[in-house]
Amino acid sequence: MRRVSDRDSDLAGLMRSALRGDERSYKRVLEALAPVVRGMVRSNLARFGTGLGEVEDIVQETLLAVHLKRDTWDERLPLLPWVRAIAHNKLVDNLRRRGRRVQLPIDDIAEAVADERVPEASGVDAARLLATLKVRQREIVTAISIEGASAAEVAARLGMTENAVRVSLHRSLQALARAFRDKS
Amino acid sequence: MKTDELIRALAEDAGTPRKSMPLRLGVALGLGGIVAVVLFAATLGLRPDLAAVAGAWRFQFKLATPIVSFLAAFWACLRLARPDGRPRDVLPALLVGPVLALAGAGAELALTPAASWLTRALGRYSGVCLVAIPSLSAVSLVAALAVLRAGAPRSPALAGAAAGLLAATLSAGIYATHCPDDSPLFFGLWYTTAIGTVVLAGGLAGGRALRW
Repeated sequence: MRRVSDRDSDLAGLMRSALRGDERSYKRVLEALAPVVRGMVRSNLARFGTGLGEVEDIVQETLLAVHLKRDTWDERLPLLPWVRAIAHNKLVDNLRRRGRRVQLPIDDIAEAVADERVPEASGVDAARLLATLKVRQREIVTAISIEGASAAEVAARLGMTENAVRVSLHRSLQALARAFRDKS
Repeated sequence: MKTDELIRALAEDAGTPRKSMPLRLGVALGLGGIVAVVLFAATLGLRPDLAAVAGAWRFQFKLATPIVSFLAAFWACLRLARPDGRPRDVLPALLVGPVLALAGAGAELALTPAASWLTRALGRYSGVCLVAIPSLSAVSLVAALAVLRAGAPRSPALAGAAAGLLAATLSAGIYATHCPDDSPLFFGLWYTTAIGTVVLAGGLAGGRALRW
């Protein structure tokens, strides 16, 4: 079995390429992080005795924050503690929204086991919050995420420039993160 | 929406331009500092005897303490803007200013007769100090908070307070070139109160504006 630090340096290497715009590396990092975050979230929610219904929502909110705040990762440091800190923040936010007073020691969630059990799980919130986007934004996000189209294909389909599609996608993701944060 | 589907959208957005937080924070405070200097020049201006006091340790202390605190706060603020930035890691940096202020006050107490302490501490223009430092800080604080919104602070209120410390130490350094009250006792009483007000304002604003 490989040590955690080996895996972290693999992921950190991929993330460094991702930060230089390599989409393929980026997709691989996010796909590798999803089960790690899921494991953390699941074990912590279980510990608080709350339902596991929102696990995937918190995973998705965390990945969205990892994406939008990726410049706050210091490339010289390991990646997973930074991801863990974000997951911690989103977990606490989620529990607070549900009226729980929580003080999670950040180190406590350090050693959760990666959870691959539900790779097909859906987030309820993201689908609902997607509906709050503007029509055009929703079309773009849906085409790329659910249908797997590229920005160039969406641009051709909607008669937009590829750049305009990318700008709109970025704004949509920011709006989605805001909607997550402000949901009551 | 499935998580794999979300990841596709995130990966497609990998190419968004990077933002250098140190650079942006530096520019924000540079602009805030310029506005403060212009405002300062239009209202208060340099003290007329600046050349005469420039070599005196009390004046140098009053100028150096905000400058050193500013540099320490800059580092701390960048650290606190990250999700893994722990308060205890930046605590020494945030204590540099208070420790210097205490040391200066201690030196003053040792060097001057007790009968003069009260007069020295109260000074002549404490009111101006309390109004000038927060006023000169306002633009820098707003600019710093705007930059920090791109961050992901573990504690938004603390990151906001650090931004307040940055803005306040910058304007305290500028105000020190006008202020005729040179005693470190005056500094310890009034400058710290004025700076504390801005730190508090930054904390309150940050708690709301820096959530992510």
